[in-house]
Amino acid sequence: MKANLQSLNQTALKKKGSWTKLPMMNFVVSNSGILIALISLIVFFALTTSTFMTPSNLLNVLRQISINAIIAFGMTFTILITGIDLSVGSVLAASQVITIGLLFMGVPIIPALFGGILIGAVLGFINGFVITKGKIPPFIVTLSMMIMARGLSYVLTGGRPMSFNNDVLSFIGNGYIGPIPVPVIIMIICLILTSFVLNKTRFGRHVYAVGGNREAARFSGIRISKIEMIVYTISGVLAGLSGVILAARMSSAQPTSGSGFELDAIAAVVLGGTSFSGGIGKIGGVFIGALIIGVLNNGLNLLHVSSYWQMIIKGLVIVTAVYVDSVKKKKST
Amino acid sequence: MENKTPLLQMKNISKSFPGVKALDQVQLEVQTGEVHALLGENGAGKSTLIKILGGLLVPDEGEIYLDGTKVDMKDVSSSESMGISVIHQELCLAPNMTVAENIVLGREPSRGPWHLINRKEIKQFGQDILNQFDLEIDAGEYVSNLTVAEQQMVEIAKALSKDNRIIVMDEPTSSLTEKEVVKLLDTIRGLKQKGVSVIYISHRMEELFSIADKVTILRDGTYVGTRNMNDVGYQGLVQMMVGRELSEIYTKPTVQPGEKILEVRNLTSGKKVKNVSFSLYKGEILGIYGLVGSGRTELMRTIFGIDKSTSGDIYINNKKVRIQNPQDAIKYGIGFVPEDRKEQGAILIQSVSYNVSLTRLNKLVKWFQVDHRQEDRLVEQYIDKLSIRTPSPEQKLMHLSGGNQQKAIISKWLATEPNILILDEPTRGIDVGAKKEIYSIMSDLAQSGVSIIMVSSELPEIINMSTRVMTMNQGEISGELTIESEITQENILTHATGGINNESEFAKS
Repeated sequence: MKANLQSLNQTALKKKGSWTKLPMMNFVVSNSGILIALISLIVFFALTTSTFMTPSNLLNVLRQISINAIIAFGMTFTILITGIDLSVGSVLAASQVITIGLLFMGVPIIPALFGGILIGAVLGFINGFVITKGKIPPFIVTLSMMIMARGLSYVLTGGRPMSFNNDVLSFIGNGYIGPIPVPVIIMIICLILTSFVLNKTRFGRHVYAVGGNREAARFSGIRISKIEMIVYTISGVLAGLSGVILAARMSSAQPTSGSGFELDAIAAVVLGGTSFSGGIGKIGGVFIGALIIGVLNNGLNLLHVSSYWQMIIKGLVIVTAVYVDSVKKKKST
Repeated sequence: MENKTPLLQMKNISKSFPGVKALDQVQLEVQTGEVHALLGENGAGKSTLIKILGGLLVPDEGEIYLDGTKVDMKDVSSSESMGISVIHQELCLAPNMTVAENIVLGREPSRGPWHLINRKEIKQFGQDILNQFDLEIDAGEYVSNLTVAEQQMVEIAKALSKDNRIIVMDEPTSSLTEKEVVKLLDTIRGLKQKGVSVIYISHRMEELFSIADKVTILRDGTYVGTRNMNDVGYQGLVQMMVGRELSEIYTKPTVQPGEKILEVRNLTSGKKVKNVSFSLYKGEILGIYGLVGSGRTELMRTIFGIDKSTSGDIYINNKKVRIQNPQDAIKYGIGFVPEDRKEQGAILIQSVSYNVSLTRLNKLVKWFQVDHRQEDRLVEQYIDKLSIRTPSPEQKLMHLSGGNQQKAIISKWLATEPNILILDEPTRGIDVGAKKEIYSIMSDLAQSGVSIIMVSSELPEIINMSTRVMTMNQGEISGELTIESEITQENILTHATGGINNESEFAKS
């Protein structure tokens, strides 16, 4: 047995000593499945359309995915701890309504923006609180919140859309810093922040521990309820932030907006290689997942594929990508 | 009978898992109507061999013959169709269904083109089987309402109802009372008369001597030998199992215990821990022995703050403390290596490094970030100190052997620099070599002044490692053995089964 282990040692050392040492390469290797999917899609649309590969269209893709990506980053936290947040779409709508509503009431722009994010934080915290204190499954709690937050948006608006014009607001939604749209910059900041939190901080380690083995985490002295509450609050904050961005983009609020967004976010998270059994998944992968969905939407539109067919194709791409990924993972273990 | 073709032959069976060779050229031969004991320490490969026989695992090498014909045991149903039934240690009944439904599961009597089932018929079928074995269990009762022992008996009845030729019982008596054990042994004798062969795995030597005809011994995944039960004695069996002198494996600490470090007074938690009082002294290894369900694990969980105490006090260094959760326990210098390594101890999908530093992250954080250089230093120090055999600190824990996983979990607790370390079944499911290493780690820790509580159901470990032994029975402390010469198998077993009610041990403190 000893000899066996030694030879194992050597092969593993050899592996480690070579090019996988670079962190970037590590990322590429562990996400090779979906990266290949993304690149093939890009190549396909570059060859079949004349407009896809232009800088303005590519930036457009990034802007289109920004809201879904930001929500998906938050969703990743919840799925990492074997939970889920179905309420994100409704929370987004509530945040959008609150932001525009506050502006309507004469609240200055900055507090109004924070108001939108704050409502997300509060609703997310309520999710986490009820899940941990009531010991109710996240699916049920966030499903209820999804219905209630939607109701709240209807109550606040009386069911009618409202609009409001403000320069700062439209800068956030439609402005550029250099050549880059503001929502894209916000998305990139979220990408860096969430991935820093998950990879580098103690809280991030604890999130992976709770998802990897809840019991072992508890035995190690990790306060699981605290981690869970923070996770759902993060998801709420990011959904709230998305609501603010959407309000800014449209200079208006609609109580119906954001419905079905939870499913797009879950699709990006799953495409990104996050495991539904918890403890495995990276923000970088989820970003690629969101990119795949965005590229697909954009490219199919450019090809004038009907939106009905787009749904079918999207579903197929998601299930195929995840299947390829799982086959690859089985081989490597 | 000896010259006949054996009913079952397993030849040159080998099986490897990543990093471990679980079985190496193992053989097993069972005659018709024979009770064949399979003996070996935890991690010797018994379970792996049984899983291969039951079709749960496919061997890397080797052949299986039934009645002299080679068979292909590719999955559970092929094993079942050949008349082999395995009663696993972990119970496999559906708690939300009735006893009868469990017994007929997968072969429900049905009729008509739509396979309609008749509840009454199923219940009757189940009740008949239960009656056949004199079990006083209602076939219409839900399994979740049965005791563990009753569930075990249902499991056995289910296997017996299938006209099997070979029945494998993996530690069937571990949760049974004395009376139920007698009943089970009678049932096995009855089976033998009907020509059914039984492969019987148990650590309880008395049972083996009373029931088994032959015994096959495994050690570290290799075949040691097969003997007639009448030809070998207790000493001989242990020698074959362990393969070396006992003194080579165990290293008892030699320091005199120091001052009192922990005192538990009248601790009660639910129905599992009742009015428990004891003290722990600096540098001792306190062994706690009890049968399954005696409350030993629950007592530890309560001290560590995982289960809530309903009454009673805990004193550390003579100061009363409140431990309401594991965070509190860690703060007071307690570490806990739980009994179920895979479920409670390890985060298998994460690396060695991740697991070891988990309890220590608060000390490793700088500017909101985990300081990787410090972390690496800490982890490498423990990999070195406990000689954890891993290709690199980044190796996922699931690819290490059980012993090395356990060493990583112990490291996780040593990283908190505890004064009190609770080890619940510290060597369950790991090989002899790693066991030896863990014992010497424990001994070193005690020498350096750490107080250890070792909960174990393995008598040799309790006898040879503890400087003091306490036994538990039905949630209470049922005895204490402080003098080295008193720590014997007989004494421990009498106390653990509630034979003598010794209450005087509290007087000392």
